[in-house]
Amino acid sequence: MSEIEFLSWVRGTGFQIAVVIFVAGVIIRISEVLLLGRKTDLAEAKGSSMSGGLKTMVTRSFPDANTLKRSMVTLVAGYVFHIGLFVTLFLFAPHILMFKEVTGLSWPALPTAFVDAITVVTIISLFIILAHRMQNTVLRFLTNFEDILVWLVTILPLITGYIAFHRIGATAPTLLAVHILSVEILLVLFPFTKLMHAFTLFIARWYNGAISSYRGVSS
Amino acid sequence: MTDRSNDNDKTLGEALRTQGISRRSFLKFCAATASMMALPPAMIPSIARALEKAKRPSVIWLSFQECTGCTESLTRAHTATIESLIFDSISLDYHHTLQAAAGHAAEAARTDAMKENFGKYLLIVDGSIPLGNPGYSTIAGVSNLDMLQETAKGAAAIIAMGTCASFGGIPHANPNPTGAVSVGELIKNKPIVNVSGCPPIPVVITGILTHFLTFGKLPELDHLGRPVAFYGKSIHDRCYRRPFYDKGLFAETFDDEGAKKGWCLYKLGCKGPTTYNACATTKWNNGTSFPIESGHPCLGCSEPDFWDGGGFYKSLSMPTENIGKTAVYTAAGAVGAGVALGAWNRAKKKSNTNSHKKVSIDDLDR
Repeated sequence: MSEIEFLSWVRGTGFQIAVVIFVAGVIIRISEVLLLGRKTDLAEAKGSSMSGGLKTMVTRSFPDANTLKRSMVTLVAGYVFHIGLFVTLFLFAPHILMFKEVTGLSWPALPTAFVDAITVVTIISLFIILAHRMQNTVLRFLTNFEDILVWLVTILPLITGYIAFHRIGATAPTLLAVHILSVEILLVLFPFTKLMHAFTLFIARWYNGAISSYRGVSS
Repeated sequence: MTDRSNDNDKTLGEALRTQGISRRSFLKFCAATASMMALPPAMIPSIARALEKAKRPSVIWLSFQECTGCTESLTRAHTATIESLIFDSISLDYHHTLQAAAGHAAEAARTDAMKENFGKYLLIVDGSIPLGNPGYSTIAGVSNLDMLQETAKGAAAIIAMGTCASFGGIPHANPNPTGAVSVGELIKNKPIVNVSGCPPIPVVITGILTHFLTFGKLPELDHLGRPVAFYGKSIHDRCYRRPFYDKGLFAETFDDEGAKKGWCLYKLGCKGPTTYNACATTKWNNGTSFPIESGHPCLGCSEPDFWDGGGFYKSLSMPTENIGKTAVYTAAGAVGAGVALGAWNRAKKKSNTNSHKKVSIDDLDR
């Protein structure tokens, strides 16, 4: 397989396979979660579960002072890398072209040099997160294979993208193909790992808020 | 075609002098070639000396499944520059399109040149070779494969001219009806240099010829067998529109403000980032411009399989298949599957609840 054939495969068949697994996996998992159902709560409602749920979806997105003090590294590096991931994924011109081709939607891009800098910051914050996880005794005990795997498939698209953009070590078609392949690996593993939190976190936050509000307690 | 009996003993220097080339312009050519080939300036006198003394090399040019665009590019792109005179000064003993002889006389020219210069002649090939059926492309009743293998035997080196000879080119494009292959896939025991491009840049061949005449070997090649001096950098890396790419300023269509202001053509499908060639520096039509300069994205013609790269006007980051449609069909199927699985899960939960037996104190007592 020549490097151009490799690139064509990851842009074509490979991408298709990854999208099928990703879309099917995510939808099936979410429908299973939603269709599990809950027992009817026979207790008298002390508040609206809907408004409480919606409120918690927002409030849980901002850390409170105590949590911030206790888990400074996790929170700051975590936010930096999530925002960085958002910027590199959604605000880089070539990526927007991809989304436009797939969904028909388009939006303005940030200057390439800015996205480049954000990528470096994101990669560094991911390394800080890993180092912290390994250094902190409790976190290390809680770490399993899946955590490391998920960290790896998240950082790989960032690193390969950075290398492909700066053309380090190999020719451009190979670097670009490796970058796209790394994203496809992320897509394939997505529904089977805790990466699913990207979709389930707001469901979980709503549920937490909803049960608390029904019982009349703050969440 | 020159008369070989008179000219073959002449050195290149003599041949150039008879054509009225001054020493000054000859040295200028050597300096330009040295810089083009990324050789140190100290090499210029050695290049001049070597070229002066070089015997005009015999060149056999074989044209297989091709469109003659490569020949057009090399013979017509330049006015009478020294490059083209160097090209004129080789002893081009066989070339379909350019030779005056026809029929048996033409074929005799080839076999004569092979016999006289066995082991020393340069073989230039343009076009790909069909393996599907030898009858797909023949010359004087001889299949392309047979002619290539026969002629390659006595060649000092082979230059695969253009993308068809280098990588298969358009005949090799999906579904490759003739079973076309490149020269490099068939000939393994000779030094081969791939001068890819559709067509290739004329100055590359004079560069290679000069290098071959000066050092007696081919220049340094990249992983695809192309001279590094010309194919070492991508179009994107050398593109004058690169600052616009870095700033995120793109032409969205061929006639919008961005296009008029000369912004980056990435969104219009430019393959510059994955294409290695010297267009952006050597340019075309005597240094006039290159495709991107005329407002058209690079097609990537010097790369293997560029015809099958998913569309000339589709930018590199776009998927080549219809992913939107795939996603919608998958989603529709997945919703069905999800609902079915959800119902099954509930049914299982219900039957588990129903089959649950209550344990009494007596049961525990037993």
